[in-house]
Amino acid sequence: MATLTAPPVKETRKFEEQEALITGSEAIAVACKLANVDVVTAYPIRPYDTVMNYISQLVADGELDCEFIVAEGEHSQFEIAKHASACGARVFCGSSGVGWMYAMEALTVTPALRIPMVALVGNRTLDDPGAFGVEHNDALSVRDLGWMLVWVDNAQEALDTALIAYRVAEDRRMFVPLAISCDGAFLTHSQSLVKVPAAEHVKKFLPRYDRGDLLLHPDNVISVAPQANEDWVMEIRRQNYEVTERACDVIREVYAEFERIFGRTYGNPFFEEYRTEDADVVLLGMGTLSTPVKVTIDKLRQQGKKVGFVRLRWFRPFAGKEIAKALERFQAIGVIERDLSLGSPDLSGVVATELRSAMYTHASTRPPVLDFLCGLGGREVTVEDVERITDLTFQAANGRPQPLTQWIGLRG
Amino acid sequence: MSTYVETEPTQNLEAFKGVKKVPYEEYFTSGHRTCEGCESAQFMRLLAKAAGPRTIVTGATGCMYVANTSYYSTPWGIPWMHTQLGAAGSSALGTAAALRALMRKGVFKKEPINVIAFCGDGGGADMGLAAISAALTQADYNLLIVLYDNESYANTGIQVSSTSPFGANSTFSTPGKLKRIMHNRWKKNVAGLMIAGHPTCNYVATVSTSYALQAMNAVRRALTIGGPTFIHCLNPCPKGWDFDPAAALELGNLAVNTGIWPLYEVEKGELKLYGKTREIAEGRFKRLPVADYLLKQGRFAHFTEEDLAYFQSQVDDMWNNWLVPGVIPLRKKAEAANPAAK
Repeated sequence: MATLTAPPVKETRKFEEQEALITGSEAIAVACKLANVDVVTAYPIRPYDTVMNYISQLVADGELDCEFIVAEGEHSQFEIAKHASACGARVFCGSSGVGWMYAMEALTVTPALRIPMVALVGNRTLDDPGAFGVEHNDALSVRDLGWMLVWVDNAQEALDTALIAYRVAEDRRMFVPLAISCDGAFLTHSQSLVKVPAAEHVKKFLPRYDRGDLLLHPDNVISVAPQANEDWVMEIRRQNYEVTERACDVIREVYAEFERIFGRTYGNPFFEEYRTEDADVVLLGMGTLSTPVKVTIDKLRQQGKKVGFVRLRWFRPFAGKEIAKALERFQAIGVIERDLSLGSPDLSGVVATELRSAMYTHASTRPPVLDFLCGLGGREVTVEDVERITDLTFQAANGRPQPLTQWIGLRG
Repeated sequence: MSTYVETEPTQNLEAFKGVKKVPYEEYFTSGHRTCEGCESAQFMRLLAKAAGPRTIVTGATGCMYVANTSYYSTPWGIPWMHTQLGAAGSSALGTAAALRALMRKGVFKKEPINVIAFCGDGGGADMGLAAISAALTQADYNLLIVLYDNESYANTGIQVSSTSPFGANSTFSTPGKLKRIMHNRWKKNVAGLMIAGHPTCNYVATVSTSYALQAMNAVRRALTIGGPTFIHCLNPCPKGWDFDPAAALELGNLAVNTGIWPLYEVEKGELKLYGKTREIAEGRFKRLPVADYLLKQGRFAHFTEEDLAYFQSQVDDMWNNWLVPGVIPLRKKAEAANPAAK
């Protein structure tokens, strides 16, 4: 039964082993329902907030039993969720753009406290100037703090990854928050057919969140987050560091378990490869730009141009060795970047800068890694853009050096 | 309202009927590093004792965090968690929401658990005001937010906040050659703000550690009455106010006896004044001059007669002209001038 994203329809929505025509945001709301979250905190900002509209309806219709609190700002929104999680509740939260930035203090302390949380970031350009469309700097801004970060490019992946996220984040070896990034508008607001897993499969996949001896409760008298200073901060940081050392293995385990229970496989969890087997050059990017890229690759392949695409899913942890090993055989790599890292080495964006670091350390070859700043402010990444990017990448592959960072699709 | 709002049962914490009836058990004990004469720490001790062991406390950054929970000791004999400077309100809500959901879903045993969040005047009257206000509108949740007011950002080395008294010396309001009074703001009336702004909040009270029994009983009343509640405690601070630690109790008394710090509680819209404040209001006690209080503190040592007179006039105005002295600053004059009010 198709589900409209317009004002809610009156019929009961049954999602048991059904297909639903839903947006990325609604897919995440459905995942929250399947995951039986306990506390959800909401605050309005476009374009993530439709997920909270869907959750509100699920709660009002009795389809999801949780505390649903509308906060008075994003800082409070994330603090409420953080403390609920500290007291043993499975929580869901989210934001976009500057709303996410308004929560920054809360975002900083949550991983430091080893508190699991799953959040939706509806990627949105940071003010100023104002813009509603997609850029990735919002979610990327927490990359050094211990958050796990994953980008999805379709509603099915959004739903599946949300379930995976709870399993990963609430694993006692992890206990860190995880942000799922969905491109604003392009994924948050576009509908596609999604297979909704049956509740009994989700029950098998997702055990109850158990905080164990870290639970804040009168039966467990502990003091959490004292003032530690130079005496002990380093050792506590080391514990967070060890989480990141384990993260890739835990993620692989959970994806394997997901495949076993739901019968749906994502292959390599960390990145998707499209027509890379015999490619000469490869493009790399995150999120929904995958659609115009794949369309363009199919078109160029018909012209005999051997180009492939790597879509990065997990940005934190960054599976640098695996990515470098996968990319080292190509003659050039063109990163399509929906973010800025002003003042960085060669003025490249975040993705290219981290990729070059991984390549330098692990790749046995040195293909040019070019960065193409494109689709900023929510501007579309067009087929023409991707053709131009591919052409420039081939030029580099063929010995015609390119600037390390170029702007594509800029006026004038 | 009762059909739209559903609170969980609370603990029935009856008032201690006298100092001798106060239990010996301490839930805030040694293990902190606060200053000699710190009344804020005394308030922590009192509220923990009043609340008892089935309690979760969250504490916003401030003296009662940094000077209290230095790893690895802790004075807290009940579960305690740090929260951010402006997050007392949100930490209380998050804690209460988790307990409610998990009890309803049968994950936790159903029982009334006190939720208390504390903040200083910096975290409460300044940065965290919005979060407290939002929490006080969430009538479904049983929680108590306490603001311990030492009239400065004390932990960072004494800087003025919006509850610092007019003219107080601090590291951000230093009397100098050109300007004697750098802090010309009048103390924010936080409790009044909470009362006026949140009609569904069941309980707001002002307390003082110099009146320890009333302070403990206010905590017990708030926790018993249920819904979101708020208590504002004035806490003399030897370091910030610059006085001998032994005078802490006396200064708390003087704050009340000069009429500067009125003691009252508002329970479901009904106002009740306490002790000397009630005697002042009923004309049975003449307010002491503010100079008796101010000049015992080094932070007012730079005050001239003019400054003292101004301070006195503001306190007189509150007692003579406010519709409800110490609570609501609507001027009686306006009422008299309006024929319709007659």
